[in-house]
Amino acid sequence: MERWAEQELYGWARHPRVTAEVARPERRREVEAALADRGDKPVLAHGLGRSYGDAALIDGGRVVLTRRLDKMLGFDPETGWVRVEAGVSIQDLIDTFLPRGWFVPVVPGTQFVTVGGAIANDIHGKNHHSDGTFCDHVRRVELLTAKGEVVICDAETEPDLFWATVAGLGLTGIILSAEIKLAPVAGPWIEMESIRLRNLDHFFEESANSKSHSHVVTWLDSVAKGDSMGRGILMRGRHAGPGVTGGGVMGGVIGKVTDALEPVLDVPFDLPDGLMNTVTMRLFNEAYYRKHPKGTVSSVVHYKPYFFPLDAIRNWNRGYGPRGMVQYQLVVPPDPQNAAMREVLKQVSESGMPSFLTVMKEFGDTTHPWLSFPRPGMFVALDFPRFGPALDHLLDRLDALVVEAGGRIYLGKDSRMSKETFRAMYPDWRDWKAVRDAWDPDDVFQSTLGRRLGLCGGAA
Amino acid sequence: MSVLILGATSRVARELAHRYAEAGHAVAVCARDLAEAERIAADLQVRHEVPALARAFDATTFESHPALVDDIEGELDPIEVAVIAFGEMGDQETSQGDFAAARKVIDINYTGAASICEALAAVMEQRGRGAIIGISSVAGDRGRQSNYVYGSAKGAFSLYLGGLRNRLFDAGVRVLTVRLGFVDTRMTYGMQTGIPIADPAAISAQIVAALDRGEDNIYLPRFWRGIMGVIKAIPEGVFKRLKL
Repeated sequence: MERWAEQELYGWARHPRVTAEVARPERRREVEAALADRGDKPVLAHGLGRSYGDAALIDGGRVVLTRRLDKMLGFDPETGWVRVEAGVSIQDLIDTFLPRGWFVPVVPGTQFVTVGGAIANDIHGKNHHSDGTFCDHVRRVELLTAKGEVVICDAETEPDLFWATVAGLGLTGIILSAEIKLAPVAGPWIEMESIRLRNLDHFFEESANSKSHSHVVTWLDSVAKGDSMGRGILMRGRHAGPGVTGGGVMGGVIGKVTDALEPVLDVPFDLPDGLMNTVTMRLFNEAYYRKHPKGTVSSVVHYKPYFFPLDAIRNWNRGYGPRGMVQYQLVVPPDPQNAAMREVLKQVSESGMPSFLTVMKEFGDTTHPWLSFPRPGMFVALDFPRFGPALDHLLDRLDALVVEAGGRIYLGKDSRMSKETFRAMYPDWRDWKAVRDAWDPDDVFQSTLGRRLGLCGGAA
Repeated sequence: MSVLILGATSRVARELAHRYAEAGHAVAVCARDLAEAERIAADLQVRHEVPALARAFDATTFESHPALVDDIEGELDPIEVAVIAFGEMGDQETSQGDFAAARKVIDINYTGAASICEALAAVMEQRGRGAIIGISSVAGDRGRQSNYVYGSAKGAFSLYLGGLRNRLFDAGVRVLTVRLGFVDTRMTYGMQTGIPIADPAAISAQIVAALDRGEDNIYLPRFWRGIMGVIKAIPEGVFKRLKL
């Protein structure tokens, strides 16, 4: 019998919150025992809880925490293939293998995610245009299926199960282990160029010019309107070659806080709800934008402030106050006029509800089937405090815009879109569900998100 | 030199294995669950690039214990540090109604521990070097109605370790008795303790440091020495009336 502890669970956006019974297995047998001991309740694996919305939650269900399943099972120093349990984090992989000259090939904006979560969301990073998604570097996933069997799948063996598990939101089973191909690097340094962008046209221009850099991302001032709409700072870089080292200073761009290599700030409690308002965002954005000199700055920076700037502030999500936040990530197909992207940013800048952190980039051509988010085109991520009904209306309008443009929003951040919107954005969902239902006919694996979007829970 | 971990699937034991592997020592990982012991050994090899091997270990198969020690010493360098970390809390109510269950708890936590310690003591005493770390429990400091079967076995183990330390002193072999309070492991997961629960990685580092300092007895987390001091000081006439 597994020990189940009733617990309130929520994602990184801290909304919604659900109550579930939670087990924390320390080893393989305990995962199998937990699944066998589920009673008639639905089950879901949960890693480090960095999905923003309800993807890793199951209201009234049984949750299997994977974070103690953190063993590294094999490594080939010739090729960089590493086999790890699902609860190993990106941070753990980097800390273990960077001293030996290897880096995780695709990393998100935080290193506090598990390998299981990275696969279940098919995460992407600043290098999508050159290296694809995390799962482009994954082979052989070991999955505990609804029948209690351990199934090893990859692109050749049980390929349908493999591709349904990639971005499968944990609904095909509990990922036990996976093999990942690490990328060789010379050291911890990133050669970076940052460019101050005057407006959106300038962004599109420089973005197109940056494709020879493996990593590109742009911070955007979402408050700026009119001719300045879309002003920001584009940061493009690549892992530095041998002999190149930096001093840990990010060219004065991000500032002292994120130069630190370890978290230096903590938000130990909720900040007041109204703190992140138009005025503070305008001030911050202005200062951040002006701090960067006009033109281009070259620098050598450490990978932590480059890839994981917000990890320097532990619990930064509490800065949005007790009502939490909403992240909205979208991609729209390539369009020479970038009409949809302009309209999205115009709607946001004119809404009076600025996005505190706005990030843009251009995705490359690599795609994965079914529920995987990245598609070729222009990507934007918007972080809003939960302003209430006015924000809901804005996001509903953005949903319509994105659907109209043939784009989609990222399920790993979502907690609000409707089933109809989802089906319009992910038209192949039925093919995914056919595979998932064949492996889980009794609907064992469920999530709050999956129920909402009609992916599980008897919904159709 | 090599390090032997018995009961390696416990979180504190696993963390201890990492501390020693980090320092460059070969590690023998023993547990009842051999498949899991093999995964733990693989993890040590991948992370720390040291030799590690896995063996099945059953605390109550007493007669197999001397052979296990020989087997490991045949594969790896002589055992310098052996960690006795296996244990089974059992269920007090079950133990009261079913003596076979009570006996199993006693055999795993005490008889089995004494058996493997004797096998280790024999080779270490002859060699004139080595150390045994016995992971005992604050539950062994005073009998309480809520877990006296487990507590008595751990208490006997603590007493045994004291005697063993005395015996091995002249041979230069050391014995460290660790009395653990609440640590964030499988045993305490989901328990409403009302007392802070310690991080297993921090506890493991303190155990290694205590052995290095030459300590004999240590409570971890440290404040448990105070708590148990108070509990042991309560007169029996009062204690027997308490619901503990």
